[in-house]
Formats: sequence, C-alpha cells, structure tokens
Amino acid sequence: MPETPLPPDPETSATVSPQSCGDLFRSFTVLALQGFGGVAAVAQRELVERKRWMTNTQFVEEWAVAQIMPGPNLVNLSLMLGARHFGVRGALSALAGMLSAPLLVLLSLAWLYTHYADQPAVAGALRGMGAVAAGLVIGTGLKLLVTLKNNPLHPAQRLLLGSACFVTIAWLRWPLLWVLLALGGVGWALAWSRLAQREEARTRPTGSTGTRQ
Amino acid sequence: MNALAAPLISLGLTDWLHLVLHFATLSLLAVGGAITTTPDMHRYLVTQQGWLSETQFNASIALAQAAPGPNVLFIALLGWNVGLNNGAGGHPIGWALLGAAGCLLGVLLPSSTLVYLTARWSHANRERRGVRAFKQGLAPVVVALLISTGWILGSTQAANFPDLASAAHTAWPYWALTAATALLVWRTRLHLLWLLGAGALVGVLLG
Repeated sequence: MPETPLPPDPETSATVSPQSCGDLFRSFTVLALQGFGGVAAVAQRELVERKRWMTNTQFVEEWAVAQIMPGPNLVNLSLMLGARHFGVRGALSALAGMLSAPLLVLLSLAWLYTHYADQPAVAGALRGMGAVAAGLVIGTGLKLLVTLKNNPLHPAQRLLLGSACFVTIAWLRWPLLWVLLALGGVGWALAWSRLAQREEARTRPTGSTGTRQ
Repeated sequence: MNALAAPLISLGLTDWLHLVLHFATLSLLAVGGAITTTPDMHRYLVTQQGWLSETQFNASIALAQAAPGPNVLFIALLGWNVGLNNGAGGHPIGWALLGAAGCLLGVLLPSSTLVYLTARWSHANRERRGVRAFKQGLAPVVVALLISTGWILGSTQAANFPDLASAAHTAWPYWALTAATALLVWRTRLHLLWLLGAGALVGVLLG
C-alpha cells in the first residue's frame, strides 16, 4: 500500500525501519519468547533500545492507542507497527511472530504441566519468576517517566492524571475500561487545549492560519 | 469433588460455533487486554456450560502467565482444554488443536481488524491536533498504568498459590525480589532473561 509522503518528524531521525516482513516476524518472535508475564518490559527493551524502531516517546504514544483499543496491548502494538511499514502483510507478519512460537511453547508447557505440576521446585520457580515479572513492568514504567518531559500537559496535570490512574487501578481496582475512558477523556481534553494554545501562540503574528477542525 | 477431574463433554458443531462467537464478542470488550474478560469467560465456560473444570480454568491462566508470549494465549489454552474434554470421538489432540485455533481466532479477529483500520487512519492523520492530543494526553495515564499493573502482579503473589496464601508473611522475599527487579530494569541494561532466571532460582530456593 502506498504511504503518503509527510514531512520528516524530527524525533524519528534516530530510529530505523524494519527491513522486511521476515524481519518483523523474526523480531517479534524473539520479543515474544522473552516476554514472561511482563511483555511490556521486553517490548520497550527490544523495540526502543535494541531495534531502534521507535523512540521512548513514540513507544508511550503508540502504547496509548494499543491500550485504549480492544485486544491485547502488545498484539495491538505489533500489528500497528507492522501495518505502518508493510500494510496488511506487515500486520500479519508481526502478529504471526507474536503468536506462533509462544503458542507452541505454551502448549508444550501445558502438556508438561500435567506431569510435573506437583513438584515443589516447579511451583517455586514459577512464583519467583512471577515476582520478577512484576518488577519488570514497574521498572519499565519508571523508565518511561522521562518521556513525559516533552509532554504538552502541565507537570501538575500529568502528576494528577498519573496518580489518579494508580489509585483507581492499583488500589481501588476499578474496571480499566471506565478508568481509561474517564482519565483518557480528561487527558485528551487537557492536551487538546494546551496544544491549541501553543499553536495559537505560534501563528498569532501571521493571523488565522493553522486552525483545523 | 476431585480437583483434577475434567468434565467429559460432547460438543456439536453449534457448540463450537457458540464458543468461537462468544470469544469474538468478548474481543471488542477486551480493552486493556484479554485478561480483563476472564470473569466473563469463567462464567461462560465453567459455570454456565460446564465445558471446563475450575482447576483447568485456573491452571490455564497461571501457565500462560508463566510462559513466554502475550497473555492472550491463555485463551488458546482454554480452547485446547475444552477440546481435550471433548469425548466426541476421534483423537483428543485434534479436538484440542481445533479448540485452541478457534478460540484464539475468535478473540483476535474483531479487535485486530479494528486496530488495523484505526492504525492506518491515525497514522495518516497523525498531524491532526485531535490525534496528537489523544496520544500525548494519555501518556501519563499509560505510564501510571504500567506501574499499576506491576503493582497488582506483585501484590497478588501471596494469593496466587493456595498452599502458601495463608502465610502472608512469607510473601515479603518475593516483594523484595519485585522491588529489586524494578530498580535493576530502571537503572541498568541487564538482560531481562538473567533477571527471570535469577527469579526462578530464588523461587526454587525459597519454595
């Protein structure tokens, strides 16, 4: 599918594109096979730090879309990335990479599990890995805090939105859908007005250009 | 009731269609990942239809959490187990594969189609203020959501394993492990598989 040429985004200058659908498939297979419990941590490491397919900021922004859409976040993210570079073929390659190898591993594990589930060492190892997986996700969240530096929202607005999300999700355990709709809506509206202010400040000397519906 | 007993069932074509369609409708509701729809899946597969035992349901989720890859694969495992329980003749592995493929396809097809179309649109319109405001306005929520998810994963440690749940005080080494991992991921570039390996080792030693 042809891509409309657009002016280069300054932030993408440091990133590279996946070379082919095969590259997408292999990379997402490697990524998925490393993702025990905390795939978000592995995704940030692989896609941003190792492959350089996106910046940390882009990662957070794409994650927002992947998160608000139905379906598994990382599957959504892989699909979006594949689609951007190679259309439907890319989306399917990324999706196949995400799912096929891990599915084989999982079904083999399920088969093994019926034989070894009673072993205390197996249960212990699973529990230890669970604790580490939780740490991976928290650590990634902490690492991505830096991406908020260039965010158009006021620091106080960011802090308020972030804390509200943590309290409602982690402590009160409210349903994610409602939290995302409410906080996402507020964040969207605030960012909209801040961006509008910025654009207005930039275009004021020349008049009323740059206003779009 | 024997915890390991699996129900022996017989699924016809309409049952299989119902199963796939049920997951297809859940697909569009699964905002925040398939894991958010587990209560409904439990209601449908275990309580209402009796296609899976309680143990099979819980083990499917626990295994998928421990295995590599996206957690959505637990749905393939649910379908796999439904297939294994199916005593409708033929080889059980054949039914299991059918169940795994059907459920995974059902849960992924609607959401993936929607995501694909949205991704094309939002990329083509990425300079619009509405699109930029959406991505940037949600960024703080997304980061907080990651930290919250880790927090929930860590705090359910004690409850995940019924034989240890009564002893809540035994959970503290695992919480320390979680905290140490978070610090290492944040501050170093240590390969994540080393951390997971270390976690498995600590778990064996503590267990």
